[in-house]
Amino acid sequence: MAADPLSKVFSALGDPIRRDIVARLAVADATVNELAGPYDVTVQAVSKHLKVLEDAGLVSRTRDAQRRPVHLEAEVFDLMTKWIERYRLQAEERYRRLDELLRRMPDTADPHSAATRTGRGRTPQSPDTDPRTKKGRAS
Amino acid sequence: MTSKHETEIISDPKVPLVRITREFDAPPEKVFRAHADPELLVQWLGPRRLHMKVDHYDCRTGGSYRYSHDEHGFFGSFHEVRPSELIVQTFTYEGFPDGVALERLVLEDLGDGRTRLVATSLVDTFEGRDAFVASGMEEGVREGYERLDELLAS
Repeated sequence: MAADPLSKVFSALGDPIRRDIVARLAVADATVNELAGPYDVTVQAVSKHLKVLEDAGLVSRTRDAQRRPVHLEAEVFDLMTKWIERYRLQAEERYRRLDELLRRMPDTADPHSAATRTGRGRTPQSPDTDPRTKKGRAS
Repeated sequence: MTSKHETEIISDPKVPLVRITREFDAPPEKVFRAHADPELLVQWLGPRRLHMKVDHYDCRTGGSYRYSHDEHGFFGSFHEVRPSELIVQTFTYEGFPDGVALERLVLEDLGDGRTRLVATSLVDTFEGRDAFVASGMEEGVREGYERLDELLAS
């Protein structure tokens, strides 16, 4: 299930410094010292932030190179984007059904409708006055 | 045709919420009715494949609801309902009874018979929020990507 790694990603990005680090790594790889430069924090503190990002799979550090530059793992963002995009598409599909219903609905509610109590009873409701749906009914 | 109304979604990294924004070519009164009247709600809320059945749906301040999509039950309370403006409700999936989402639906009148809908779901943990969104993803998979793409292309 995708929820757990994604939770890590979202909590890792919950911190403004970490988001800034990610934004800078999106441009190019950088060493811890380079990353610590602009902040009013120690290299140690930046290392801690990087550890969180690393645990979430957002960044990696090469073992062999002397400088050990930090690299952004872009595919994690792909995963995040896909995951949210799927949810968005689902909502979009639902709201297209609502678009269609709104086109069929009469502009004003039918006061003789059975659902007149809905919405605190102030707004009479129309369950269905669409001729297309009525066609199928025996009444 | 309706492409200008594309759904926007925000998954907040700081607060466990998901926010959906969408515009409709209908006045707030109608969009509200489509949410408040169960006979209208069943026509659009559930995925097409699943049968949505409403046990009760009393959409007014202090009211409650329960409905199911096939074997999956959902229930909650309406905390504040203002016709054509606002619905604040809780939402629980019976398969995960300890979890509850606080949902806030705001309808903004854009004039010319148009409405902007902003739906915010807030849960108590990031894990809960992510599972909530991921469940939508699974459903999307079941619906079939191709069919969805076809629909979106039309």
